[in-house]
Amino acid sequence: MENVGVCDEFVNLKATELRLGLPGTEDGGEEERQKVSCCKSNKRAFPETEKDIESTGKTKPASPPKAQIVGWPPVRSYRKNNIQTKKNESEGQGMYVKVSMDGAPYLRKIDLTVYKQYPELMKSLENMFKFSVGEYCERERYKGSEFVPTYEDKDGDWMLVGDVPWEMFVSSCKRLRIMKGSEAKGLGCGV
Amino acid sequence: MNYFPDEVIEHVFDFVTSHKDRHSISLVCKSWFKIERYSRQNVFIGNCYAINPERLLRRFPCFKSLTLKGKPHFADFNLVPHGWGGFVQPWIEALARSRVGLEELRLKRMVVTDESLELLSRSFVNFKSLVLVSCEGFSTDGLASIASNCRHLQDLDLQENEIDDHRGQWLSCFPETYTSLVTLNFACLEGETNLVALERLVARSPNLRSLKLNRAVPLDALARLMACAPQIVDLGVGSYEDEQDSESCLKLQAAIRKCTSLRSLSGFLEAAPHCLSAFHPVCHNLTSLNLSYAAEIHGSHLIKLIEHCKKLQRLWILDSIGDKGLEVVASTCKELQELRVFPTDLQGGGNTAVTEDGLVAISAGCPKLHSILYFCQQMTNAALITVAKNCPNFIRFRLCILEPHKPDHVTSQPLDEGFGAIVQACKNLKRLSVSGLLTDQVFLYIGMYATELEMLSIAFAGDTDKGMLYVLNGCKKMRKLEIRDSPFGDAALLADVNKYETMRSLWMSSCEVTLGGCKRLARKAPWLNVEIINENDNNRMEENGYEGRQKVDKLYLYRTVVGTRVDAPPFVWIL
Repeated sequence: MENVGVCDEFVNLKATELRLGLPGTEDGGEEERQKVSCCKSNKRAFPETEKDIESTGKTKPASPPKAQIVGWPPVRSYRKNNIQTKKNESEGQGMYVKVSMDGAPYLRKIDLTVYKQYPELMKSLENMFKFSVGEYCERERYKGSEFVPTYEDKDGDWMLVGDVPWEMFVSSCKRLRIMKGSEAKGLGCGV
Repeated sequence: MNYFPDEVIEHVFDFVTSHKDRHSISLVCKSWFKIERYSRQNVFIGNCYAINPERLLRRFPCFKSLTLKGKPHFADFNLVPHGWGGFVQPWIEALARSRVGLEELRLKRMVVTDESLELLSRSFVNFKSLVLVSCEGFSTDGLASIASNCRHLQDLDLQENEIDDHRGQWLSCFPETYTSLVTLNFACLEGETNLVALERLVARSPNLRSLKLNRAVPLDALARLMACAPQIVDLGVGSYEDEQDSESCLKLQAAIRKCTSLRSLSGFLEAAPHCLSAFHPVCHNLTSLNLSYAAEIHGSHLIKLIEHCKKLQRLWILDSIGDKGLEVVASTCKELQELRVFPTDLQGGGNTAVTEDGLVAISAGCPKLHSILYFCQQMTNAALITVAKNCPNFIRFRLCILEPHKPDHVTSQPLDEGFGAIVQACKNLKRLSVSGLLTDQVFLYIGMYATELEMLSIAFAGDTDKGMLYVLNGCKKMRKLEIRDSPFGDAALLADVNKYETMRSLWMSSCEVTLGGCKRLARKAPWLNVEIINENDNNRMEENGYEGRQKVDKLYLYRTVVGTRVDAPPFVWIL
């Protein structure tokens, strides 16, 4: 009895729920609601920064998915972000890898499952570390850039990001390293 | 009373510092009003739209410190859209034009721009203290202005703000001759920090008492900073992550041992447990501990730390500490006054990290407890009744059961009786947040017993308008009432319009209030700003034929002496 009552409440809640997505976009609405609940900033309806992408992740809860209510539980976005990221990591959801950049004093962690393809990943890394790699092309790799993104694969070898199909990359990448300067020249710039 | 010259009366007034008391003094007679006006040093404005800068300056021409609050509380939970308001710029402009010798500015939930900060830094020669809490709209460029221009700055305290981080050069903007720093809190900055500039700044700040670092400050830098500032009282640790360098840890331990004045510890944003023990030597002196961001530290390590903290008065922690951990707190921290337990599992329905047992243990073990914020998955009336018996001294009681409408998990009853016991026992209760399954009955109790209540937060509670009416009629000291997703409508809203003149504000979202009701209210009470916040612009409410009965998404009303504000964005409709 109780459970039925509670479910009814949830159905009603869904009707009164506030959605930041465009009217008529069911899926867009869902995602937006998730993002709003986890989103660091209430400035933007459509999160753009890598921070937001990081924190939304693809949370697929093991228990039956509950309707995400805007602004509930009443925890500040600032705090929510911190918790959400850690939770995803500890439950093995998402594929978190460490990212280091030569010269930067501390490492970052990103969830690879958030991205669909290389350009998205690169843009996110560029935002995070404030650098630019330029475009990737088969022949000349990351032409003209001082920075070259590399990764350590399952075999322990250091590879250039972008060589293998995306899915293969995601499944084999253990950590990322953005190389800089002379070390990078050997790999990236086709010189 | 008027046999004394004004200077004598003024001197007596100097000893009266609380805003409430100053306000009371000013009402005694015309002469006292005048003296109080000219001698008021600290002005507190709880709602920046209740008054405007011009009127502020007319009444208080000589103040030194201004506190301003902008957005309503629920803005913290993304319920107020971006651009709603709370801009500090007009205030700073007006103060800059006047002759006020501003020394301190404290802002909460306001929009601050780099332009505002620049103007602030250039306009007040003796500016000493900037405290920004939950603000947004500025970048580290604004901080650079403050650092460059405020020669006498003592406090730069940034708490949980949204700051656009253009990467670390603002710290180098403090001149080499600048040595008056007392408080520096930049924990909320996300980007890289210029460690060299930071270390030099700390080294030349002998008065530094409070230092809160962001996550970009690694372990070895922390050790060096602490070695430079052994006089530190309040420390916010940055990042401990990675490169498990035992040498850094040893250096840190040595530095920590010298910090005999350390009383408050926070941060641990990315903390590795093995370094937590480095702080054990100073734990016995700690009065405040904030581990609520330390999601990576396992409960057992937290407990080991807390076991050493016998003098703790304030503890902020995650629910990963568990009921067992709370029992340790209860038996160790006999001086505890404030406890906040934050959730790690935001979804609800996960492992029950803390339950009603933890809350009961704390209430039994900590006789001085007066403020609590407790997130949990489940609660019972019996537990709340026990808590009320153990702790009749609560001033703030905020309980958040993560799942809306959840009843007593043992009896399946609403939690009316439990909260009823709390308000009945706690005669000094000023702030209350309720949750779980609640009927109108709980509000009957609140209206009846919570005579000192000033702030009440309601979510997913109540059955009919009667609930809200009990509160409005009963709680004579109510100042802020915020309600979401509860079935209260026009009848409750309109029952006693004059009540709102005694309150700072009312927030109602996803309730049963209609546009017609709001319009009637606005007509009856021209001294109120009745704001309808409607995010769907294309949903122009007045064109809808059934407007009278159309439900209002978000209603925010507040008393004001300066009428409709002029800076409202298009999605805010002020009736």
